[in-house]
Formats: sequence, C-alpha cells, structure tokens
Amino acid sequence: MAEPILKGEYQSEVDRSEPILRAGNTNCGGCGMSVAYNMLSLAAAKHQLQFVIPACCGIVTPGQFPYSAYGAPVVASTFAAAAATASGLAATAQMNGEDTRVVCWAGDGGTYDIGMATVSAAAERNEDILYVCYDNEIYGNTGGQRSSATPLGAATTTTPAGKDIGKKDILAIMAAHRVPYAASISLGHADDAVDKFKKALNMSGFRFLHILAPCPTGWKSEAAEGIGLIRLAVSAGLFQVFEVWDGQRFEISIEPEFSRSALKSYMEKQGRFKEELVDLDAVEQAVRNSWDILSQRAKMSS
Amino acid sequence: MTIQLISANHASAMAATLAGRANRNARGFGGGVYPITPQTECIELLCRQQFDKGSIVRVESEHSAMAVCMGMSVSGARTFTASSSNGLAYMAENVYAAAFSRLPIVMMAVNRTLGPPWNIWVDHGDTLMLRDAGWIQLYCQDNQEVADSIIFSYRLAEDARVLLPAMVCQDAFVLSHTMMETDLPEQEQVDRYLPDLDLPHRVKFDPVMIGGLDFPRETEVHRRQHQEALERVFDVYGECQDEFEEVFGRRPPDPVVPYCMDDAEIAFVSMGTTSSTTDTVVDKLRAEGIRAGSVRVRMYRPFPEKALTEMLANCERVGVLDRDISLGLGGVLWSEVRGCAPRALVQGYMLGLGGGDVRPQHIESLFRELAASSSAAAPKLVEVG
Repeated sequence: MAEPILKGEYQSEVDRSEPILRAGNTNCGGCGMSVAYNMLSLAAAKHQLQFVIPACCGIVTPGQFPYSAYGAPVVASTFAAAAATASGLAATAQMNGEDTRVVCWAGDGGTYDIGMATVSAAAERNEDILYVCYDNEIYGNTGGQRSSATPLGAATTTTPAGKDIGKKDILAIMAAHRVPYAASISLGHADDAVDKFKKALNMSGFRFLHILAPCPTGWKSEAAEGIGLIRLAVSAGLFQVFEVWDGQRFEISIEPEFSRSALKSYMEKQGRFKEELVDLDAVEQAVRNSWDILSQRAKMSS
Repeated sequence: MTIQLISANHASAMAATLAGRANRNARGFGGGVYPITPQTECIELLCRQQFDKGSIVRVESEHSAMAVCMGMSVSGARTFTASSSNGLAYMAENVYAAAFSRLPIVMMAVNRTLGPPWNIWVDHGDTLMLRDAGWIQLYCQDNQEVADSIIFSYRLAEDARVLLPAMVCQDAFVLSHTMMETDLPEQEQVDRYLPDLDLPHRVKFDPVMIGGLDFPRETEVHRRQHQEALERVFDVYGECQDEFEEVFGRRPPDPVVPYCMDDAEIAFVSMGTTSSTTDTVVDKLRAEGIRAGSVRVRMYRPFPEKALTEMLANCERVGVLDRDISLGLGGVLWSEVRGCAPRALVQGYMLGLGGGDVRPQHIESLFRELAASSSAAAPKLVEVG
C-alpha cells in the first residue's frame, strides 16, 4: 500500500470546492470523524450529496440551529432510523431521475446497536445509499459508553473495569447481506480512504463503509496520535482493511505485519485498555485466526 | 364518481392512491409500509397500485415506515402510511419527529387495543397516546368519511399556513373490515382539489440542516410556531371544506358534529363509531320527549375547545363516552371535555374498551342514569363484554 501521498490529487479537480466539514464545527481535536469527512471531500467533488445523520457526535458537529458547519444538506434522523430515512430520500431522488448521492453517516451505536435492524433491512432491499459507519467503539456523544463495537479490554463509562468480550464483526455481517460493496477504510492510509470513497460514490445500490475512527476523548489518547494509532491497528492486524463485492469477492487492501510491538504500542498509547484484561498472546492468536479466514476468502475469490 | 361496496381499509388505500397520483407532475408519491392487523388490507391494496411516479417501500418496522415517509416528504414527495395499536407505539418516536420537522405526511390509523395481552379489537387508546405529538387527528364515523378525510387531510396538511402531518383514525373491524357503499372520486377531481405539493423547506443541495440542535430559546420558538400552526388549522379547515364541497359535491363534517343539540338538556360526547350508536339512542329518547343530544368530536387535535364549549353551553348534564382509558385518571376525552362545560354536570364513562360491543341499550341506560343523577361521580368503567 502506498504512503499517503494521494497521488497528487490533493486540491485538484476532484476536491470539493467547499469542504463537507466547515469551520465552526464542534468536533474535538483529533476526531477521526473529521478526518473521514475530509477524505470524503477529496472524493466527492463530482457528486451532489445529501446526508442523513442520526443521533451521534456527527449531529452535534454542525452546531446550533439555524447554523450548520456542514457544507452539504443534512437531514437529522432519529437514532435507529438513519438508513430508513435515507431510503426515503433515495426513493424520491430515484423517481425524479436525480443522480443524488444519499449518504448515511452514523456512529457505531447507531449502526452496530440501535440501528442494526434498520441498516440490515435497507441493505437487504439494496437501497441506493452509501452508508458510512465511523466507529469510535463507544457512544462518544453521550460520554463514552460500551457499545457492541467496544473491543475486549477497553474501559468505558459503563464498563469501568474493561469490557470482557470482543466486538461484533460488522463487515462480515454487512457482507452477508450480499450488498454490492462493503469495505473497511484505514484513515491512516489516505489513498485507501479516498479510493474507497470514490468507488463507493460511483456505484449504486447499498454500499457500506466501515471506518475505525480515533476518539482521543474516549480512547484516552493524545489528539495528535489518532492517525498513528490507526496505522498501528492496521499494522498489528487488529483492524482488517479489505473490500467485499456482492458478499462474495474478498480483496485485502492492506496486508498487516502482525507486529507484536505495534499491537503493544496501540494498547499502551490508549488509557482505555486495561492491561490485566488484555492477554496479548490471546489477542494475537485471535488476530491470526481471523486473518486466516479472511485470507482464505480472498484466495478463493481471486 | 363510482359507488363501490368496500371496507374502510380498501377506501383508505384507494383514497391515498388518488392523492398520490395527483402529485405525479411534482415530486411524486410514496411511503414506507408495514402491515399490522387490522390495517393489513390497506397496505396490501396500496402495494398493488401502479404509479407514474411513486415508490412504496416495504420496510421492516413501523419505526422505519415513518422514517421512510419523513425521508420522502423532506425531499418533496407526497407520503402516506398506515398503522395501528402496538405499531403506532413502536413508531411513536418518529411520529413526533415528523411533526417537529413540519412534514405534511398523512397516516391512516386503525384504532386497536394496545397489548399484550393481545387484542385486535377497537380501542382509541393507541392514537390518543399520540395526542401530544403535534399532528392533526381526525376520527371517522363511516367508510365514506375515511376516504374523504384522507384526501381532505392532504389539502389541510400541505397548506402553507399549516404544514403538519395528519392522522385519519377509524375503528378496527367496525369500519376497517366492514363493507359500506363508498363513493370514490375520479382522479380528475382529486387533481383539481389537491395542488402539487411544494414543500417550502424541501431539502435540495444547499447546506442546510433539517433537524439539528436546539437550545431552549430555539425550542421555545419552534414549539410556539408549531402551536400557532395548529391554531390556524381551524380557519384553513373551513376553506378545505368549502373547496371539497365545490369539487366533490359533499361537505366533510365540521371538527365537532352535533346531533339534536339545538335544545338538548342532556348530551353525550364521543368519537368514532360510538357516536353513530349514540345518535340512534338520541332518536329513541327524543321520541319519548327527552331533550337528548349527541356530540361527535371528529377533530381531536387541534382540540376544538371553542366549538365544544358553545355547543354544550346550555346543557345541564353532559356524559362523555370514552373508548379508551388513561390509567390512573379516566377517559382521555372526558379529561378534556369537562373543561368545556363549566356549568354542567359532566360524567365520564369508559365503555367498549378492548373492542367490547357497544350497543344502543348500553348507551341508553347511561343516558337514563345520568338524567337521574344530581352530582358527578368518578369516571365509570362500564363493562359491555
């Protein structure tokens, strides 16, 4: 995988003249969601976007009524209903012959947990929606509670002693719906992010993008180190970066180094991981097992 | 016009279809749909209709059904859905959100008992649970009224002075599954009655937020605007009646419908089909020389307090027949009507809960009991089985 040089595309004709995330937004410093928006901006110049954002940090981002720090229209949906509300917008666009790109932008709580049935149903109907889950592995908006995306060993405000079970495999779940495109994005590899946003924007049907989004507030990490943390997670194999077409064709985007030091460093740099709960050998083994399955799938589909 | 022998579910689907097709030259029509007894036939029929510009999304829950309506409505389409009972309870979060977003969605609601224990029969508690959601609520007495009210509601809800969602309520089985002669209008008439929907706050590509964040001062203003829009409904309602009569040749009922109220000394106030039964009892009592009357509250939200107060001004005794119970209080309608008759003896009765078969003799005995009483007692739950 190339380093983040963006193939010279930065500030080129594919960059939106107006960023999606504008000045005055309320995001914390070092927020992974902000970085993800900027990556999307680099890929979205040619598209008319309409966003649907459920209750999550992203709906606090634009600030107070009637102002908005978003550079695109946003419909605020109820927590569980983003994918259904977006289905409505997409249906109107479709029957009026408009090439609108309807983007759901939701956190892990609104995707893995309360929104799961809605997301699953919209995927099954193959709605013309780009669904982006920025996963900070907590309910960031309410102060950092456990979600089903919270990893093993992470302390949250509702699991102060650390979570004793691992996170859901959201991409496997979404791929099992056999949607046209499901992929995970590394914010530590800008080319990867921009390429996948472009691909997803240029397709139709239900597309799902999963982004591991650093949250310095919830992860108890340095704001400046967020992108570095994602690179460590990718390098360790903890965060698998790959693409799935039609639920069948698997392609690995970034091969990990299975680096023990990266894994150790990833955990040590975050105050949320409880050392006594995390058996590095066990984590490493789980990572290897998971990769074995993914590699087999990728091999079978090549 | 074609007169057909159809159920209120059937009438609802056809009325929504006509209203939906009338928006074909604008942004089209659609909605999210999810079946629930006793509304199912309406959804099934709607899913069989053809639209030049329409999209019916078969979703996985009532919550999503309303969310799809919100997404379609905010992007300019005319929208419809239908639900009932626990479906409405599950949908409730988005019922509020639709009104707060000022989206003129029309929903047909079949009144059914909330459970478990499961009971599919009529009870008004489901839609009354949503009385504070900021919607217009109409309660119908027969199938013709259900069909007309759906078309009428689009005209009212989409008026620029209103821009609020509307709920057309009808009694489970008593109307939903009972076939009656119903006059379904021609498409050309509905086209004339319903202008193309042009939602002023339709989401396009300008960087605006629909929803977003309010602080207390913004919420105060939003609630006041919402309240004022509901207050304007009374005037707009009259205009919509006039235009309806001009186009279709019949006039939708007023928000409050009196029966033999000119000189009534004793009156019963009710909603839905209970009112029809009450009217027949009034006929019998009148034949005996008793000055009895009946009042039907057709529009429950906004609450027609002024009209009710005027209508009940000369009554000595007022009975309120609730087909619902606010547990821990009494009838929901009674709790509001008692403020409209300050000089009268107002007695609350709850009957026909869970679909109990309310017969004329039940209401007649309540009339006679009320006529003989000298002071109001606590609301009474009347078992009719």
